[in-house]
Amino acid sequence: MLVSLNPSALRQTRWYEYAVRFFFGGAVTVVAGLIAKKYGPTLGGLFLAFPAIFPASATLVEKHEREKKKKAGIFKTRRGRQAAALDAYGAALGAIGLLGFGLIVWMANPRLDSILVLTLATCAWAAVSVFLWRLRKTPFWP
Amino acid sequence: MGQLIFRFLVGGLIVSFFAALGDVLKPKSFAGLFGAAPSVGLATLALTSISDGKMYAALEARSMAAAAASFLIYACLCSRLLMRWQWHAAKTTIMALTVWFAVSSALWFAFLK
Repeated sequence: MLVSLNPSALRQTRWYEYAVRFFFGGAVTVVAGLIAKKYGPTLGGLFLAFPAIFPASATLVEKHEREKKKKAGIFKTRRGRQAAALDAYGAALGAIGLLGFGLIVWMANPRLDSILVLTLATCAWAAVSVFLWRLRKTPFWP
Repeated sequence: MGQLIFRFLVGGLIVSFFAALGDVLKPKSFAGLFGAAPSVGLATLALTSISDGKMYAALEARSMAAAAASFLIYACLCSRLLMRWQWHAAKTTIMALTVWFAVSSALWFAFLK
């Protein structure tokens, strides 16, 4: 399946749904910083890979899919949960890329310029995630 | 206080950017990649490298890699529960966070403490 861009999907999301994601993103960034200050960077660092907005995103995916079916006159459907499951499957592949991101920053940040390291690590996250997605487009659940 | 507000704004903006990217991309499994984007990591590690030094940020990144392994287990579990057991997304993804906490804590105690 080809990857496509659908900008009109932005209009499906309501302003408060954007606000919730902004709030959780900001809150986790602050909390991670506070925990690192109080208990040290090894504990605070864990929260840099906390699934902060994933529950909100998966819930939105399910809701939007259900609303789409409702508009088409289908009121009882599994489609919303299946779409959320696929979203979670993609996140699992992205998490492997995230692991690569963390390892690159851990090893390269003390030696190289931080902006360069973060740029390289982000590119590595994207490359690993997309490669894995292309390799395995369908979930491996039996 | 000023630094906390700045962190909040930068974190919120980067997270929202990746979330919006996930919204406009199809298919869903590809858009899902952005659910595990390094958004909080980018905001925090950039600011920490400036304020606390590069070594401090590197230690945070090492823990982040361990927590990413927990994220992988968490996301696989969510996908499995949603697909096979047909649980609601909100209930599933929030309840499964306990697994993320448990695995992350275990990895921290075993390798990072």
